[in-house]
Amino acid sequence: MAEFRMPSLGSDMEAGTLVEWLVKPGDWVKRGDIVAVIETQKGAIEIETFQPGQIEKILVNPHTKVPVGTPLALIKGEREAMPGAAVPPPAVPAVPVAVAPLARAPIEPPAAPSAAPHVRISPAARQLAEAHGIDLAAVTGSGPGGAITHADVERRLATAPEKKRAPSLDLNAMRTAIAAAMMRSKREIPHYYLEHQVDVTPCEQWLAQKNATLPPDSRLLIGALVIKAVALAARRFPAFNGFYREGQFEPAQAVHVGVAITIRGGGLAAPALHDTDQLSLDDLMNRMRDLVQRTRAGRIRSSELSDPTITVSSLGERGVETMYAIIYPPQVAIVGVGKTVTRPWVIDGAIGPRSVITLTLSGDHRVTDGHAGGLFLADIAKLLQEPAKL
Amino acid sequence: MSETDIRKVLREELNNIAPEVDIATVDPSADLREVIDIDSMDFLNFITALHHRLGIDIPEIDYPKLVTLDGAVTYIGAKLGASKT
Repeated sequence: MAEFRMPSLGSDMEAGTLVEWLVKPGDWVKRGDIVAVIETQKGAIEIETFQPGQIEKILVNPHTKVPVGTPLALIKGEREAMPGAAVPPPAVPAVPVAVAPLARAPIEPPAAPSAAPHVRISPAARQLAEAHGIDLAAVTGSGPGGAITHADVERRLATAPEKKRAPSLDLNAMRTAIAAAMMRSKREIPHYYLEHQVDVTPCEQWLAQKNATLPPDSRLLIGALVIKAVALAARRFPAFNGFYREGQFEPAQAVHVGVAITIRGGGLAAPALHDTDQLSLDDLMNRMRDLVQRTRAGRIRSSELSDPTITVSSLGERGVETMYAIIYPPQVAIVGVGKTVTRPWVIDGAIGPRSVITLTLSGDHRVTDGHAGGLFLADIAKLLQEPAKL
Repeated sequence: MSETDIRKVLREELNNIAPEVDIATVDPSADLREVIDIDSMDFLNFITALHHRLGIDIPEIDYPKLVTLDGAVTYIGAKLGASKT
């Protein structure tokens, strides 16, 4: 029997509020399934399970705030759950510590299929749909077994043009979370900063040619190329990809590039694109679009927030040329990307106009030195000279 | 589609990206990316939405023609007119 606990989604998180269960006792879950939604300072987060098996018992009611680490549910492992397997001794029921219970209603029984027998929907999603008069037949379910989740109804609401969805993000709380992480970074991490101007004309030419034949939803942005180049370079320079914890550096096995995403009104989050180095550019772009959209709608997944191994922060096509970014602890490096500008450049002894971006690296001096940082940054620049190989 | 209809479509699609902005108050000759603070991903989503909604092809090379409201109205009007003939 395994306990499914309130996860820690960053060193600044102490507690979270369980908003909604997407499973009920008896449901089977696979590793990576989204089983619950919690509310944190970073907005609503979809929580995945890493324990496959059968949901044995729900321990915490929706709308209850509990500290990080509190058991939320019990999951019976696949073997235990198999008929004929030895009956395990009953687990000692873990008592959830309700910090600020907003509702004390008993756990609702699984929604009985009554009026609409073919629609599987969570109670919270049903409530939301009813509040907005959403026709459930028009909503595609993405939960276990095609069940309609809170997120599905929200997405439906977002596409209904005349309805303005209340922002589910608390930007003040998000600012507090950013402040806590950045104060810790500036207090603990001895940053060093490097800067490198990179000719990205080859990227622009390659993109112009590729995008010319594609519909808008398949077009790539230069940001996707930079992220892929950083991921490939991080694979070759593992000292920039990982975590500094308890006095030592732990290199990460995978490369999950965190993408800094601004949120209108003053929010910022940097969720991960998983296995960035393994993604084709098209896949990376699709994932990035999805990630940006979900982040701005306040729907990030727990693993995306908790496991970026290095971050890329890009100022986009406007603003200024150079940014010196602050490392997001416990990561040890962040790459800043300025806007693209046209500059005189020497190519083969002649001066000509080229498109140039300024890349910066902020590195953790406890783990690496400027010399290694320079090689890492130069490798990113080199990768950007041959975009077709990214 | 009349110019009024095109402006309505533009207003709706821009509000999907920037719900807090009153598009009626936006200078029609100003760069939308600056005045309503949209990034390259937002702009690509805007183009994608226009492509799907109006059924017009907007190649990347034409993006500069759509960065102001007036420019976008003229561009879309011409595209829709051309596709009818």
